[in-house]
Amino acid sequence: MISYAECSARERIARLLDAGSFHEWLPPSERVSSPHLAQLGVPAAFDDGVAIGRARLGGQLVFVAAQEGAFMGGGVGEVHGAKLVGLLRRAVLQRPAAVLLLADSGGVRLHEANAGLIAVSEVMRAVLDVRAAGIPVVVLVGSANGCFGGMGIVARCADQVVMSDVGRLAMSGPEVIEASHGVEEFDARDRALVWRTTGGKHRWLCGDCDALVDDDVSAFRDAAIAALPLRHALTLEALQAEQALLARRLALQPEGLDGDSEAITLWQRLGVNDAAQVPALEVAAVRALRPA
Amino acid sequence: MDWNTLAGQLFGPAHGLQAQGDVIAGTVSFDGQPLAVIGTTGHAAIGVQLALAQAQAVLDTVALHPGRSLLLLIDTQGQQLRRHDELLGINRAMAHLGMCIDLARRRGHRVLGLVYDQALSGGFITSGLIADACYALAEAEIRVMRLPAMARITKLKPELLDELSRSNPVFAPGVANYVAMGGVRAVWAGDLAAALRQALHDTPTTDQRAADGAERGGRQLAHSVVQRVLAAA
Repeated sequence: MISYAECSARERIARLLDAGSFHEWLPPSERVSSPHLAQLGVPAAFDDGVAIGRARLGGQLVFVAAQEGAFMGGGVGEVHGAKLVGLLRRAVLQRPAAVLLLADSGGVRLHEANAGLIAVSEVMRAVLDVRAAGIPVVVLVGSANGCFGGMGIVARCADQVVMSDVGRLAMSGPEVIEASHGVEEFDARDRALVWRTTGGKHRWLCGDCDALVDDDVSAFRDAAIAALPLRHALTLEALQAEQALLARRLALQPEGLDGDSEAITLWQRLGVNDAAQVPALEVAAVRALRPA
Repeated sequence: MDWNTLAGQLFGPAHGLQAQGDVIAGTVSFDGQPLAVIGTTGHAAIGVQLALAQAQAVLDTVALHPGRSLLLLIDTQGQQLRRHDELLGINRAMAHLGMCIDLARRRGHRVLGLVYDQALSGGFITSGLIADACYALAEAEIRVMRLPAMARITKLKPELLDELSRSNPVFAPGVANYVAMGGVRAVWAGDLAAALRQALHDTPTTDQRAADGAERGGRQLAHSVVQRVLAAA
């Protein structure tokens, strides 16, 4: 068992996809770096923190992007975002079996904030173009940095989200919420609270991810292969159903509960048995608890 | 600009729009055609509830009035920074709002964004930035965060950021910078109704922002990097 969380972006690509099948576009040897970091005295990376290319998964052609959280928290800057957009636009033209996004990102890279914000919105539109072309987009969330900010929105624009229990998927990071509304609102150092609020088990029980796996590269690989044939057309009816689901969830959860009871109360109201036991359970046991 | 003043300038004093809480949703007549108006006011923080309220209005327009043009009025301080919203999956609710707007575009609705007061990060990315194109009033404010907060988080000197923000649009808040980067297609000034009329007429339906950013010099690499990926061996 190899921890997905502890792998680098390139290790994830090498181990998740068919051996030796990855062909990278704009590899580090081409030195496509951020033009903005040098002025700030910040070192650049020759891939701007994301590797993109084509590969095989279970023998099928896929396009893949893997963000490197060790470089600026996987933040999306101008070049990083443009590489993702280019990959997605190329997918519309060349029609791989799927596009895989191995997310590892805190969202917009603040060092080039305006360009990063626009870039993330371009990624969103490009993801939806790929889906409209009938090609599934699969997002994998299991890295140490998780998938936050604009990338958390991008993930929920995909057909399928695969998460491990150590993965986190959300909008604002707990540190940002604590800084803005105080430690009583969100204690960012309370790891159990952070995972109950944003972690893989919670997202699975709510239906915010489509597969929950152990922190194991081969488990992610199996889940990604299983996701390849699944596509969900974004029709009016599908989005009306999503609206109803999210409105029901909002009505289930009263405001004002404290962090100790909040997540467990929501799981109970969603129909999860033994909700209080969830944080202590193994992934396989949690998988069985999701209400129909 | 106050939303009611804006609506008066765009649609006349009898525009009929009303705000319910921080949400503006209604239909006006513009050049004799019905136009759906959906947006927020009061620098609203977009939480799950406000995202769903706007998404519902977009879905209703698509379901009941095929083809009707949509104007998104943007005034937001960004996403709601609350644990409760995170637990409920605020990123999913915001993605849903963005996908509803995207659906409208794909089904032939013209969708325009207009930043009339302020626009920040998460509240902006799933509204104006996913429309056919986004416009802004000259006095509007657009940013990811203020320079002092950016300095704190990036651990860079505020004086350095302030200096760079004068020469490089990616660092500094401001409508002009977003225009230079292609994120905002144009500034509306003077006769706002004429600006709306022209935008309804000539806004592209494909994403031109990277090319605009390159042409205007504010975002010099995004477009060429996309092209390089498309052409890479």
